[in-house]
Amino acid sequence: MAVMTYREALNAALSEEMERDPDVFLMGEEVAEYDGAYKVSKGLLDIFGSQRVVDSPISELGFTGLGVGAAMAGLRPVIEFMTFNFAFLAIDQVINSAAKMHYMSEGQFPMPIVFRGPTGAALQLSAQHSQACETYYSHAPGCKVVTPGTPADAKGLLKAAIRDNDPVAFMEGELLYNFKGEVPDDDDFVIPLGVADLKHEGEDVSIITHGKMIHVALQAAQKLDKDGIQADVLDLRTIRPLDMSAILETVRKTNRIVYLEEGWPYAGTGAQIVTMIQEEAFDHLDAPIIRVTQADIPMPYAKNLEILAKPSADHVVKAVNKVLYR
Amino acid sequence: MAEKKKKKNALIEHDISEDLALDLMREMLLYRRFEEKAGEAYAIGKIGGFCHLHIGQEAAAAGSIKPLGREDYVTSAYREHTQAIAKGVDPNAVMAELYGRRDGSSGGKGGSMHIFDAECRFMGGHGIVGGQVPLATGIAWKIKYRGEDSISLVFMGDAAVNQGGFHEGLNMAAVWQLPCIYVVENNEYGMGTAFDRVSKTEMSTKSSPHGVPAHVVDGQDVLATYAFFRELTAQVREGAGPQYVDLQTYRFHGHSMSDPVSGTYRSVEEVEQAKDERDPIAILGDTLKGAGVLSQEEFEQMDAEARQIASDAADFADASPLPDADALYKNVWAEINPNGRLFFDGRPEQGGAS
Ligand SMILES: Cc1ncc(C[n+]2csc(CCOP(=O)(O)OP(=O)(O)O)c2C)c(N)n1
Ligand SMILES: [Mg+2]
Repeated sequence: MAVMTYREALNAALSEEMERDPDVFLMGEEVAEYDGAYKVSKGLLDIFGSQRVVDSPISELGFTGLGVGAAMAGLRPVIEFMTFNFAFLAIDQVINSAAKMHYMSEGQFPMPIVFRGPTGAALQLSAQHSQACETYYSHAPGCKVVTPGTPADAKGLLKAAIRDNDPVAFMEGELLYNFKGEVPDDDDFVIPLGVADLKHEGEDVSIITHGKMIHVALQAAQKLDKDGIQADVLDLRTIRPLDMSAILETVRKTNRIVYLEEGWPYAGTGAQIVTMIQEEAFDHLDAPIIRVTQADIPMPYAKNLEILAKPSADHVVKAVNKVLYR
Repeated sequence: MAEKKKKKNALIEHDISEDLALDLMREMLLYRRFEEKAGEAYAIGKIGGFCHLHIGQEAAAAGSIKPLGREDYVTSAYREHTQAIAKGVDPNAVMAELYGRRDGSSGGKGGSMHIFDAECRFMGGHGIVGGQVPLATGIAWKIKYRGEDSISLVFMGDAAVNQGGFHEGLNMAAVWQLPCIYVVENNEYGMGTAFDRVSKTEMSTKSSPHGVPAHVVDGQDVLATYAFFRELTAQVREGAGPQYVDLQTYRFHGHSMSDPVSGTYRSVEEVEQAKDERDPIAILGDTLKGAGVLSQEEFEQMDAEARQIASDAADFADASPLPDADALYKNVWAEINPNGRLFFDGRPEQGGAS
């Protein structure tokens, strides 16, 4: 085990997969000479050269489409969005081209492409730069969605995403890049897509979440712990494929569920999870499931308003108390 | 003596009065000092998020906006504080917005990248590279639709010309002959990428495939910039159709407050040389001093006034309260319908809003 940052873990995954497969290349804004806007690709240009680590123009629709075409023709592109806020310009190519290609061609064109970059809010970046974008992608059949919350998950899941033969939206957290954790040294440390991870164990209530929000959930679990309430914190890790059996297991165990997500509530990931739970485990619920999300508004800039808008550990504790009827 | 005459000739050549030239100097000094103040406030945590300074590019703002009238529209990207001020937005309101305070131009909700002022027809403050270009085209559409004689002017960075929206916008403006001026503030870099690394053709050629006339202007020479835009805006007002300007300039600071001034993408020497040779304030200062229009003392007096306005703006911003918590849900919607639910987070703070 080595202790490394989330950023270093992603860097190691990219480097190892590029080493392993010459068809893997990285393209995006500032990824090469600038080492990446968030330094995730630091040093890769020196190792792999400018044919495989490529600075693009600010042409999101164009270079995303280029990646899709390259994947059709047999390469395995990793397309970096400086942040997913800018990927709205490119979502046509992700949804209309990448996600549907295999189906439209009746399997003739697999689409081994990864779209990666940070999603969600950082600090005071205001409305156009602070959005959790995962549901836009999980909505479309044909697109897998991965949201790692720790360095180990970042590494193992990115390696899996690059090796996967379907398009994967790999959504990181800007505020996680400096987060440190233990990561297995093994070159072949791959975490399969579709396997959730119990990040904290308890009997009384389940907090189900994904991505950066696991840290908010763990904070809430600690607060609850002091209050004598033990929470399961289930990190979905991948939203599609979705580990339903892990979800049902925690539901059967605690019978009380809070879903926490960074994005907006309407048709959010939580809405899907709640539906699945009530369809498949209705009899195991002792209370209605409550979702904790960002306030249902564009992100404001002012510091105090931003704090109010983001989902917090206190919001989670309140929701837990509610499902426990306390 | 001959030198003095030559300097005077710059005013005559551009048909710019001494008073107007002094005004341009006053404005550029204000923009410079305002941005420096914002930089200081950022350093001590009064301003958060992304903050992109316009230092080095003051002539581009002053020279191109000054010929516009109040009824004309200006739209920009995220490096827009000084352009907003140039269009008439109160420096206090701009600074308070950077501070995220109640008296900011958007009540603290927008921040540095999203300055708006409907009354001044300053149309933002947009954070997605190139996103504002079609918007300005739409504003020009409205002008033509209603038969008005105002114009729409939009700023973008050099990197924006690689976005589809830029080309789609220019094409439509040409097809419908809209009164829109597309201004590329060509500071040679998009973040850490030199323009020639992401384009095989020159900036000045980008509009010609769409049939939009192109112009190249030295954006560090405020007199030349002003004179050029005075002429161009008059032509567009008369129906000359859309225009495209490669306004050549240079950014003296890093891309944003969190980016390095120089590095692998440009050398310290390059930046220092530009500061020596292409500082718009020094260039105009030389001309005016050489022509005997402005003494060193008068210049310093002007500068002191600019510093005062900037520092008053910071004091104003600092004294302005944070937005009220109940502003949180205000203005998500322009209209709360009597039937049906609009908010879905189930939080009690929404009050009656849902
Ligand atoms: C669509 C989009 N992609 C990427 C970004 C991130 N970004 C912000 S500014 C910038 C560089 C833009 O450079 P330029 O257009 O030359 O303007 P300048 O900053 O030089 O004024 C980038 C890549 C963004 N805001 N929007
Ligand atoms: Mg630029």
